[in-house]
Amino acid sequence: MHLILFIIFAGFCLAGAINLLLQSHPINSALSLIVVMSSLAVLYLLLGAEFLAAAQVIVYAGAIMVLFTFVVMLLNAGREERTLGSRAARVVGFPAVVVILSVIASVIVKAQGLGTAGLHQGITSTTELSKVLFTELLLPFEVTSVLILIAILGAVALARRGHGEQPFEAEPRTNGERTASK
Amino acid sequence: MTILQFFLWSLLKVAVVTVVMLLGVAYTVLLERKLVGRIQNRYGPNRVGPFGLLQPLVDGAKSFLKEDVIPDGVYKPLYLLAPILSLGCALISIAVVPFGEPSVGPKGMPLFQISDVNIGLLVILAVTSIGVYGIALAGWSSNNKYSLLGSLRSSAQMISYELALGMSLVGVVMRAGTFNLRLIVEQQATKGIATWNIFGGLQFVAFFIYLIAAFAETNRSPFDLVEAESELVAGYHIEYSSMKFAMFFMAEYGSMIMVGCVATLMFLGGWTSPFGDLIPAPQNILVHAFVPIFWFVFKVFCFLFLYVWVRGTLPRFRYDQLMGFGWKYLMPLAMLNILATSIWLAYRS
Repeated sequence: MHLILFIIFAGFCLAGAINLLLQSHPINSALSLIVVMSSLAVLYLLLGAEFLAAAQVIVYAGAIMVLFTFVVMLLNAGREERTLGSRAARVVGFPAVVVILSVIASVIVKAQGLGTAGLHQGITSTTELSKVLFTELLLPFEVTSVLILIAILGAVALARRGHGEQPFEAEPRTNGERTASK
Repeated sequence: MTILQFFLWSLLKVAVVTVVMLLGVAYTVLLERKLVGRIQNRYGPNRVGPFGLLQPLVDGAKSFLKEDVIPDGVYKPLYLLAPILSLGCALISIAVVPFGEPSVGPKGMPLFQISDVNIGLLVILAVTSIGVYGIALAGWSSNNKYSLLGSLRSSAQMISYELALGMSLVGVVMRAGTFNLRLIVEQQATKGIATWNIFGGLQFVAFFIYLIAAFAETNRSPFDLVEAESELVAGYHIEYSSMKFAMFFMAEYGSMIMVGCVATLMFLGGWTSPFGDLIPAPQNILVHAFVPIFWFVFKVFCFLFLYVWVRGTLPRFRYDQLMGFGWKYLMPLAMLNILATSIWLAYRS
């Protein structure tokens, strides 16, 4: 049962990833990325990480990708222009991908003490997860959250700088216009 | 229990729940039309059947029989996908909702819940967050400026209010210590209304945040800027006709019911009676099974009634007011609620 589900959703995941590369319209690519992320969530669930699965759907598929599609819609990005590409890219590119993938794979295979993950080894409850997160992994967890906070502040600062260059009395004037037109 | 039995039971439950849910959607529409009619001092539909009770069925038949127009300029794959996505997401999350006593059922199989998941609440939130795509894609693929404006408004609104919505539920989750909806209800069940999260759990602030965020999340008045007819004609579903339009319509009412179910489970004690132990549990097995369902449906009905009441009474917000309210007031309030709840829990333990 677990194996069948794994094969189905791993297939979805790969198909989505390949479709992401092949599609020429940005919104189709964005939607294939959603398929990839949702099927990854199912794979997490099969490994017993239920909280991670839900977080994957809520955060990645539900929030981040909405912003992606949002940008595509707002900019009204058209079709990607097909170029033949340089010959060097083809000659070097494909072997380079193979080399990098094989290096990564061999490192993972040879690494010691990684342990294995079975498809039906029971479910890690959210309580256990949070206990680990708030005791053993407290420092990395907090450092990550500070990192995200810095990123948010940076985004706000950048957005404000663009905004500040506009004339300051913009808002009262529009209000005045509205009442005048009535 | 073998796999085959499990499969058949689940199929049966899914079929029954889907039919009941769709009927619920149809009659919520009628409830709204009748009630808004009374609020505006007119009758509402009263010609088809006694008191207009057959109106939803006739409306359904009408939308099936109308001509299905697909405009030339639309981007067809997404144009067709959008209503399916919308309706699917609205109907699917009922699968984790427990609407009756879990102990009733043959061979340890819960009869009144399709599946009892540890992360039930998160599943509902996840499915809701996927539901945004239905509206966003509908607006974009229609190739119409009003649709696009409507869907952009809606996506921004839903993402913003999803945060407040999720955070308002954190207090309840902290009190219960679990995401499992059945356990959350059972934790509130001990003394009836006095132990419901909204009163005994001191989560009334969270309840009001949830209420406001839920109105925005389902794009209902006073936050229905998505289809503000005076500005946007009809918003994201202008270019849709016939059954595809009806699917969006059903999705809206389906998500209203869903939001009502979540409010009932999280704040109003789910299927438990408000009188707690004051009324002894009935001995008859049938009564014992169906009284909880009555309470559940009654609470959801009250929530829907409130929805319609608000729609009949309040004017629409302006868009910048909506966004400012969500981010500047609801979010900080929800965070304060989490803080206060955790301090209270730490003090008590």
